[in-house]
Amino acid sequence: MAAVEPRWTVSSAAGAAGAARAVSLAGTWSLEAITRVPDGIDADVARLAGDPALAWDLRGIDRLDDAGAVLLWRAWGRKLPARIEVRPEHETVFRHLAASDQPVPADGGAGMLAPLVGLGRWLDSMADHAVALLRLLGQLAIDGVDIALHPARIPLKEISANVYRTGSQALGVTALVGFLIGVVLSYLSGQQLRTFGADIYIVDLLGIAVIRELGPVLAAILVAGRSGSAMTAQIGVMRVTQELDAMTVMGIPHGRRLVLPKVVALAIAMPLLCLWTSALALVGGMVAAEVQMGLSHVYFIESLRTAVPIANYWLGLGKGVVFGVLIALIACHYGLRIRPNTESLGRGVTASVVSAITVVIIADALFAVLFSDVGLVE
Amino acid sequence: MSAPAAVVEIAGLSTRFGRQVVHRDIDLVVFQGEVLTLVGGSGSGKTTLLRQMLGLERPAAGTVKVFGTDLARATASGLESIRSRWGMLFQGGALFSALSVFDNVALPLRELKRLDEGMVHDLVMLKLQMVGIEPKHAGKMPSELSGGMVKRIAFARAIALDPELLFLDEPTAGLDPDRSEGFVQMVISLRAALRMTVVMVTHDLDTLVSLSDRVAILAHSRLVSVATLDETVALDDPFVHDFFRGARGRRALLARGGAVPPGGT
Repeated sequence: MAAVEPRWTVSSAAGAAGAARAVSLAGTWSLEAITRVPDGIDADVARLAGDPALAWDLRGIDRLDDAGAVLLWRAWGRKLPARIEVRPEHETVFRHLAASDQPVPADGGAGMLAPLVGLGRWLDSMADHAVALLRLLGQLAIDGVDIALHPARIPLKEISANVYRTGSQALGVTALVGFLIGVVLSYLSGQQLRTFGADIYIVDLLGIAVIRELGPVLAAILVAGRSGSAMTAQIGVMRVTQELDAMTVMGIPHGRRLVLPKVVALAIAMPLLCLWTSALALVGGMVAAEVQMGLSHVYFIESLRTAVPIANYWLGLGKGVVFGVLIALIACHYGLRIRPNTESLGRGVTASVVSAITVVIIADALFAVLFSDVGLVE
Repeated sequence: MSAPAAVVEIAGLSTRFGRQVVHRDIDLVVFQGEVLTLVGGSGSGKTTLLRQMLGLERPAAGTVKVFGTDLARATASGLESIRSRWGMLFQGGALFSALSVFDNVALPLRELKRLDEGMVHDLVMLKLQMVGIEPKHAGKMPSELSGGMVKRIAFARAIALDPELLFLDEPTAGLDPDRSEGFVQMVISLRAALRMTVVMVTHDLDTLVSLSDRVAILAHSRLVSVATLDETVALDDPFVHDFFRGARGRRALLARGGAVPPGGT
């Protein structure tokens, strides 16, 4: 297609209705043509439009698209010039332009009060989160009582699918991370202990630290990143695709079908994962101790029994249950709050993972305070 | 008038999804300035053919040329120049949910990087006005809009660059009859002003009858016919009979005052 430049000719002869000067436009006035003019055509047209007495003749224009029309319209100062001749098919676009010339309502800025407004919004959203979480918890309690009374309503399939996805499929990554942390911890603390001649206490140190603290927290962080994000994204996508609405219309409650199975599944899978991670971390520590300090694995296993009171084991399992419930609840909470657009989905998933990890660590700190005199030998 | 230039040329196109053959050896040419409508039963591969013309899917065999360039062999800059010359209206609108109405329509203009923001603003407001969206909706997000508004804004975005070639996938599905008619009028007036070529997939007989220059019928994985509406209606083909001879088809054709297929109850 032959590209034709936008052209104009200014004539001093009376072009239209006795005007002193007239300008005739010709050629192609399209988006492609005007953006191809190297120096920009705006200034030239604006200079022409500066003369109010000028008569405009647009009948010679070969092709005028909306961009060309907007260019002229802006040069004319958002109104048609007093003297103008246009082909009828080009008239419509100027009519549309006249009609579209309304300012976009701007959202009122807060000005000097902006920080205060921001703080208010933040507090408001925090309160909103708290209420929503409380409601979710309440709904969960109601659903729990409901299925306890009607065992036929227990969503066994969903629970088992979730246990498989969040537990069984996470065995690999938790094993790897647990083992490596065990190796690192044993290696580093072994070096320190040796300077005091206290090598054999590595068993006590590792046993308590891993079973009581590190195993559950490590597993929880991994599960929050792995399964928590997946849960939030799944519920969020269901919102985007209106599947949540479809469930509501069919009378399938979100709480019982989406939230409850996830919470129950993580409450089951999480303590087992904690146990698994702790076990692998101890194995890692044992291997490193044997290699670095020549501490035999037989001695390691033998003394573990006396070094770590059994209460620590139960504490680790209990933490697992609590962490699992917290992660699932937070994932569902953020998932259900996602608005039907992609940006909200991304933000929701991020917020879900960050909040879950933060809450897990806060809960861990609470455990440490509450159970400070349980399972620790003098 | 000399023979119009071919805008889209499809030659020997075949499509397979696994073992299922969707298209078998299809040849189709879309000429400049015409409105070509693709019709066919559900699952006959209309939307797939449209997606192949857009380069979103690649056929198993055959070539698709747009503006004379083979999409499968085009260079990156060749594709870029083609993409600034066409527009597509997706069936569901496909508005960017994270952008406001204004930003959705402004996106293709801003991507050009050759227009200043004032010009972009005026152009966007003009396009929105043309599709009947009031300025007060410009700041809204797509999730706050009704289905019909999403469709009109998606259309405004499709025509943002004043494309020479416009693809429409079910443009009037989900619009009320009044809006459908308004949409048809809008396409007619845009065609006159911009000499636009339109390739459309539609089930809506009123839209088909009032816009189409030619109708292409896809059935049994082949292109059964490509002809003007009158010739198409006169065809002796089971699909044509079912499609045009129903009560709705006869009504739409009668309203236009053209040929009506014989028979029907």
